[in-house]
Amino acid sequence: MTGNVIEVNNLEHSYGSLKAVDNISFTVKQGEIFSFLGPNGAGKSTVINILTTLKKLQKGEARVNGYDVAKDSKSVRRSIGIVFQMLCLDHEMTVSENLEYHGRIYSMPKKERKERIDELLKLTDLESKRNTLAKDLSGGMKRRLELARGLMTRPAVLFLDEPTVGFDIQTRMRMWEYLREIKREGTTIFLTTHYMEEADQLSDRISIIDHGKIIVTGNSDELKNTLGKDLIYLETSNNKTAAEILRSLRSVKSVTEDTKSLRILIGEDVTHVLPQIMEKIRGEGIDITTVNIKKPSMDDVFVHYTGHELREGDDKEKPQGKETAGVSE
Amino acid sequence: MNFEFRAIYWREMLKFFRFKSVLFSSLIQPVMWLAFFGLAMSDSFDKLTSLVPNEAGVPVVDYLSYMGAGIIAMDVLFSSLFGGTTLMFDKKFSLLRETLASPVPRFHIILGIGLSGVTKAFIQTFIIIGFGKLIGMDFFEGFTLAQTITAILGIMLLVAVFTLGFLFLSGSIAITIENPEGMQSILTLLSMPLFFISNALYPIESFPDILKLLSMFNPLTLLADGIRYFALGTNFSVMGNHYVYTTADIAFSFMGLIFFALTMLSAAMWRFNKVDI
Ligand SMILES: Nc1ncnc2c1ncn2[C@@H]1O[C@H](COP(=O)(O)OP(=O)(O)OP(=O)(O)O)[C@@H](O)[C@H]1O
Ligand SMILES: [Mg+2]
Repeated sequence: MTGNVIEVNNLEHSYGSLKAVDNISFTVKQGEIFSFLGPNGAGKSTVINILTTLKKLQKGEARVNGYDVAKDSKSVRRSIGIVFQMLCLDHEMTVSENLEYHGRIYSMPKKERKERIDELLKLTDLESKRNTLAKDLSGGMKRRLELARGLMTRPAVLFLDEPTVGFDIQTRMRMWEYLREIKREGTTIFLTTHYMEEADQLSDRISIIDHGKIIVTGNSDELKNTLGKDLIYLETSNNKTAAEILRSLRSVKSVTEDTKSLRILIGEDVTHVLPQIMEKIRGEGIDITTVNIKKPSMDDVFVHYTGHELREGDDKEKPQGKETAGVSE
Repeated sequence: MNFEFRAIYWREMLKFFRFKSVLFSSLIQPVMWLAFFGLAMSDSFDKLTSLVPNEAGVPVVDYLSYMGAGIIAMDVLFSSLFGGTTLMFDKKFSLLRETLASPVPRFHIILGIGLSGVTKAFIQTFIIIGFGKLIGMDFFEGFTLAQTITAILGIMLLVAVFTLGFLFLSGSIAITIENPEGMQSILTLLSMPLFFISNALYPIESFPDILKLLSMFNPLTLLADGIRYFALGTNFSVMGNHYVYTTADIAFSFMGLIFFALTMLSAAMWRFNKVDI
C-alpha cells in the first residue's frame, strides 16, 4: 500500500438511465479526515455504498485498505466501520447490547468485546447510559452510539454518511470533537456532508461533488485561495444590470447573482478594485445599498465551482448572518 | 468454520425473553389450545364415538391424546409461520443493514433465525406435553425410560425440521414483502389449507380421496403422524379408526419434512441474496 487507504479510479454507477456517479477518481490518505461535500442527490451515499460493498461495483476500480472492493468484499468489510445515513440501532436492545451484538457478528472474542465496549462508552460519553434501551436515548446519543458501534472492531477506515444531519450546531460540534479524537487515535475517516462548516472545519481534504462528479478536491485553504483573497458583496437597486456591467470589467473574475446580492470574485487587490466598481455602477444610475467585503468561505467555493448554492435539504445554517459568523473566527 | 449464526441466535433469544408480552403469549397459547379446544372437543368426540366398536386387542387412545400431537404441530406451525414477520420489520426499520453490511454470510442470518425459532418451538412442545400429561393425555403410556427418551428425541427432531421449513418460508416472504398487511394476509391464506387439509385435529379417513392425497403431503400431517408414532406407539385405534404406523411411515414423515425444509431453505437463500440495501 502507498499510504492511501482508499483508492478510487473512474468509478461509475447508474440506476437505470440515471448516472448517479459519473467517472469519479480520488484517494484518501492514511489517517486523514476526507469529506464529500455535495447537495442532496449528488451521489454521496452511492459512493459510500459501493466502497462499503453494499452496492455492487458496476464500473471502475476501488480499493479500501488495500483490498479490491469488487473481488475481496469480505476483507473490505473486515477493515471498515460504517455509520449509515439513516439511523439503524436496535431500539429494543440496550446501549451495551447493541455494541455486544456488533462485536459478535464480527466474531470478536469475548474478552476483547468487553474491553472495547468499555473504551468506546467512555470515548462517546455514554457510560452512564450503558443499560439504557436505545429507544430511550436522545438523537445525539443515538448517533454517538452508532459511532461507537462503527468503531467496535477497530476499523482502518470509518465511513460516515451525513453523520450530523438534522442536529443543532452544538450537537454537531460535539460530534466533530469525537471525530477529531478518533482521528488522533489513527483511524482514517471518510464522511459525506452537505454542511459547509462540517467540511470546512473538520476535514483535512474535501471533494466537492455535484451531479455525480467531483468538481474539485483540496484542503479548505487551498480551495478558498483559488477564489482570491477577498470577495465583494453588493446590493444594488438593479442587480441584473449591475451584474452585466461588472462582467465587462477586466478586474472582475466572475459575478454570481444571489437572491438579494451580487457575489463578485476579483483578481486584484480589493482596495483598488472596489472604488472602480462602485464608480462604474453609480455612473449607470444604479444605487448601491450595501457593500460587504469578506474572505471567501466554503460556501463561496461551492457556488464558484458548482454555479449554484447548496440550498437543498433542511439546512438551518442558511441565513446569511450565520454564514459570515462561521468564517470570521 | 465460522459460527456467526450464533450472534444472530443470541440477539433473537435476547429479544424473545425481553418482550414479556410476546414471551407470555407464546407460552400460554399452547396451554389455551389444549385446555379449551382440547378438553371441549375431546369430551364431545369421545361421547360421539363411544358407540363405535373398537377392534379387539388394539389399544384404544382417547381423542385428547390423538389431538395433543396435532396441537403440538399446529402451535409450532403458527409460531414458525408468523415467526419471520420480525424480519420484515427489521428490514423496514433498516435494522438488517448492520448485519447485511457485516461479513456474516446470508446463510448464517437465516440459520441463526431458524435455530432461534427451533428453540422457541421446543419450549412450546415441552409445555404442551407437560401440561397435556397433567390433564390426562396418554403420551408415552407404558414406555420404559429409554423408550420415552428416544420418543422425545424423535419428536424434537421432527419439530426442529418442521419449524425450520416454515421459518424459511416465512422468512422468504417477509424479506420480499414490504407491508405488514400483505404479509398478514398471505400467511393467513397459507395457513388455511395447511390447517384444514391435515389430520392434525381429526382423522382424515372419511375425507374425499383428493383431499386425502393432498393431506398426505401436507407437512402438518407429516409432523402430526410423526409425533403420534413416537408418542402413541405404532398400533392403536382412535374413534374407531385403526392406526398402524410402520417404519416406512415414519421414514416418509422424516424424508418429507427434510425435503420441505431444504426446499424452503433454497427459497430463503434465493430471496436473501436478492436483498439490496
Ligand atoms: N436505489 C436507487 N434507485 C434509483 N435511484 C437511486 C437509488 N438510490 C439513489 N438513487 C438516485 O441516485 C442519485 C444519487 O443518490 P445518492 O443517495 O447517492 O445521493 P446523496 O448525495 O447521498 O444524497 P443525500 O444527500 O440526499 O443523501 C439521486 O438522484 C437518487 O435519486
Ligand atoms: Mg445520501
